Amino acid sequence: MNRTYYGKLIFELSRPGRVGYSLPKCEFEAYKLESLDGTLLRQTATLLPEVDELTVVRHYTNMSNNNFGVDTGFYPLGSCTMKYNPKLNEELCQLPGFNQHPITPARYAQGSLKLYDEVQKTLAEIAGLSRFTLNPYAGAHGELTGLMVIRQYHISRGDTKRIKIIVPDSAHGTNPASAAVCGLQIVEVKSTADGTVDVEDLRPLLGPDIAGMMMTNPNTLGLFETKIPEIARLVHECGGLMYYDGANLNPMLGVCRPGDMGFDVMHINLHKTFSTPHGGGGPGSGPVGVRQGLEQFLPNPQVINNGDGTYRLQCDENSLGYISFFLGNFGIIIRAYAYLLSLGKENIPMAGKLSVLNANYIKESLRSHYKLPIDVECKHEFVFDGLREEYGGDHHDPEHVTTLDVAKRLLDYGFHAPTIYFPLLFHEAMMIEPTETESKETLDDFIAVMKRIAEEAKADPALLKSAPHDTPVRRMDDVKAVKEPKFTYKAL
Amino acid sequence: MYKYFPHTADDIQQMLDVIGVRSLDELYAEIPEEIKLHGELNLPAEKSEEEVRHIIHDLAAQNKPLVCFAGAGSYDHYTPSVVPYLAGRSEFSTSYTPYQAEISQGTLQYIFEYQTLMADLTGMDISNASMYDGSTATAEAMMMCVGAAKRRNRVLISSTIQPAVMAVCRTYAKFHGVELVEVAEKDGVMDKEAARLLIEEDNAAGLIVCQPNRYGIIEDFTGLADLCHEHKTLLAINTVASALAVLKSPGEWGADIACGDAQSLGIPMGYGGPYIGYLCTKEALVRKMPGRLVGATTDADNRRTFVLTMQAREQHIRREKATSNICTAQGFMCLYVACYLSLMGPKGMREVNEQSYASAHYLHDALLETGKFEEVFDAPFLNEFTLRVKGDAKALREALADKGYLLGVPTLFKEDCLTIASTERRTKKEITDMVELIKTIAL
Repeated sequence: MNRTYYGKLIFELSRPGRVGYSLPKCEFEAYKLESLDGTLLRQTATLLPEVDELTVVRHYTNMSNNNFGVDTGFYPLGSCTMKYNPKLNEELCQLPGFNQHPITPARYAQGSLKLYDEVQKTLAEIAGLSRFTLNPYAGAHGELTGLMVIRQYHISRGDTKRIKIIVPDSAHGTNPASAAVCGLQIVEVKSTADGTVDVEDLRPLLGPDIAGMMMTNPNTLGLFETKIPEIARLVHECGGLMYYDGANLNPMLGVCRPGDMGFDVMHINLHKTFSTPHGGGGPGSGPVGVRQGLEQFLPNPQVINNGDGTYRLQCDENSLGYISFFLGNFGIIIRAYAYLLSLGKENIPMAGKLSVLNANYIKESLRSHYKLPIDVECKHEFVFDGLREEYGGDHHDPEHVTTLDVAKRLLDYGFHAPTIYFPLLFHEAMMIEPTETESKETLDDFIAVMKRIAEEAKADPALLKSAPHDTPVRRMDDVKAVKEPKFTYKAL
Repeated sequence: MYKYFPHTADDIQQMLDVIGVRSLDELYAEIPEEIKLHGELNLPAEKSEEEVRHIIHDLAAQNKPLVCFAGAGSYDHYTPSVVPYLAGRSEFSTSYTPYQAEISQGTLQYIFEYQTLMADLTGMDISNASMYDGSTATAEAMMMCVGAAKRRNRVLISSTIQPAVMAVCRTYAKFHGVELVEVAEKDGVMDKEAARLLIEEDNAAGLIVCQPNRYGIIEDFTGLADLCHEHKTLLAINTVASALAVLKSPGEWGADIACGDAQSLGIPMGYGGPYIGYLCTKEALVRKMPGRLVGATTDADNRRTFVLTMQAREQHIRREKATSNICTAQGFMCLYVACYLSLMGPKGMREVNEQSYASAHYLHDALLETGKFEEVFDAPFLNEFTLRVKGDAKALREALADKGYLLGVPTLFKEDCLTIASTERRTKKEITDMVELIKTIAL
């Protein structure tokens, strides 16, 4: 990463008369756009910049030099599974044969439909479920779609009173938000001191108004919910369905499948577990899988294998409806297929196991300096509750060195920060997920830096409070961004 | 070990020793045996790079490329080579949502540029950077209308909107508890009288209309915004993004929300995705807006910098009280759009529309001249239009596909009609060759 801040906006590079494109001469001179009725035409000039091609290339290249990605360095961002994004996948998703109009007759898109079906079948095997739709565009979109499946299932049985969904207090924010968009009321279930769902708190919540329960397993503390068979039984007994938030699927690959844990509906984040690039926050892909008996409720259109080597698109009348323009983020699905094919049955489970190894290695190596609130073996990630008291982390002291300070100081050492202040169960949460693609040397460097930062916190807290010092820009005024909102160049 | 895993046997042993367990499997000791997977996954074995390449090339080859005269929400526009080249830079593509602003100024700056460009094109004050596609962006606009209204859950939607957008809005409405009411059409455009009667019932949170509409027709919304506002109804206009450069913008029509798909801004058709939806609005509605927003601020050295802001609306802070469940920042596609619009500039965007207009009108007239089509509507269009086939439209479309042409999409609820599009990428020769072929096909 370049430490010099670039900082310009494309609008500041504009000079009247410059262009960055070339089009052939128009071959249909007789037809003029101006002949449209003036009341239908735009009257205001646009702000679009006028720049030449090289200016555009340098502008975005310079900007990229102020950006940090997995290809730049270690990205231990908890719950985000920032694993390496293989380059082969990028090559294959751009094959011209896949660049078709979505409403192409199915018989001329057989390759794409077969690819879609192969991915859905592979995901079903990995999840221990019956069938997947790949139409949802993102993890949260998958959650919403999965909850719609659950509601559609109840509605189809004439059971319209099930309007509540149980969500643990440690859940990702998208869980309750997706449930609200889906028209469900949220009932929160507490965690016990060991960080897992409190079954005794759950029991009284169950009743004829419960549509189901959402869970992440391992949960957002990186802990496996060992009581899951009992929880699933209780929810099923009251007539609800179990929803699995697949954000943390990575460590479970080939070891323990959501379907076998007792879940009925789930989503998978292809951009987490199956290596597609995060792209600065999107586009992702959030396939949704269901247990046998629920397939008919999946969104339209569905890709159906005719069994004779051909594929068709089908709309089911029991379906919850359409949730996307067509078959989802197909370009992301191609990338995930390349990854699944590459790894195969031997390496898919190995990805999960090595992610757990890496996480436990960091946890054990750093617990001398950082507070470990729950001391058990974690899965792919774990949570520290800030620095230990002896390193300035006593959060009863208003001057204490915070998780934010540590995170910002990490940037100076060339690492991305962990996820901070989530989950909400701890004051100074710092959630670390290394993924399986990081080497022991990288982890050792990270561990050494984290210890050094702890020593700095003890010796010179001001150094951390004012961090970062060695990044393209320094700490931002977040309050100003809210109080004097400026969302466009025009507003500057 | 597979090439994506750096662990040597020694590394693993040393790490296990530090953790204090004997094997990788022991890391899963707490999981009840009865739910563990015993045995291996029923999947193929690992493959080399060349083997994977071969399989996926083979699948791509099973698709047949068709010369595209279809639209309906996805358009075959030219993409300058610079766009995918720059968007593919891995400093951008392998980054996450820009939470750590000090090392994410690249992402934050291009999103800020994207917001500026989309707000400007739509004639609105602000744009978010988080919509998956045009259909879900319109559903978010629908929920935003309800969220902004006091005790109103009815939203009106023109039946001339793209069927795919209508279908997604219906799904969201059903589960979110929105009463979605279709406004009838007349002569291929929204029936303004029917709209007026519904608006005057004084109970609609919003009205969603479409430009150009599902037949390709450019609708006239004169007076609509005033009528809506007199009755405290928000007006949302869904527009094909590319057309914003030449058609009267949602802001100029007086809309409160602009939404739609930005695929037409240089994003490949890609069998339906990834695309990006846009959602823009007036400053007064910013707190009702879903999704990520980037704002300008300053850093400790007082330099102009950019951050994610107004996060108090979002799911990770507000949970079930958030404006939406959106977590995505559609970064990669924002970059695509920002690069595209920077290269095209005002002149290029005008030229793309002029050429698409000219080529579509030429095609329209040439098809009518074959005697095998007839007009359905007498209405202005940009680069998409609807004609009735004097015979079996489906059979004609299939016959042309066999010869390598994708002639339009079947027009929903209109028997034997096709909605056909053209862009600046279609040459006179492609059009002439197809028209000559049509002349030889018996209907």
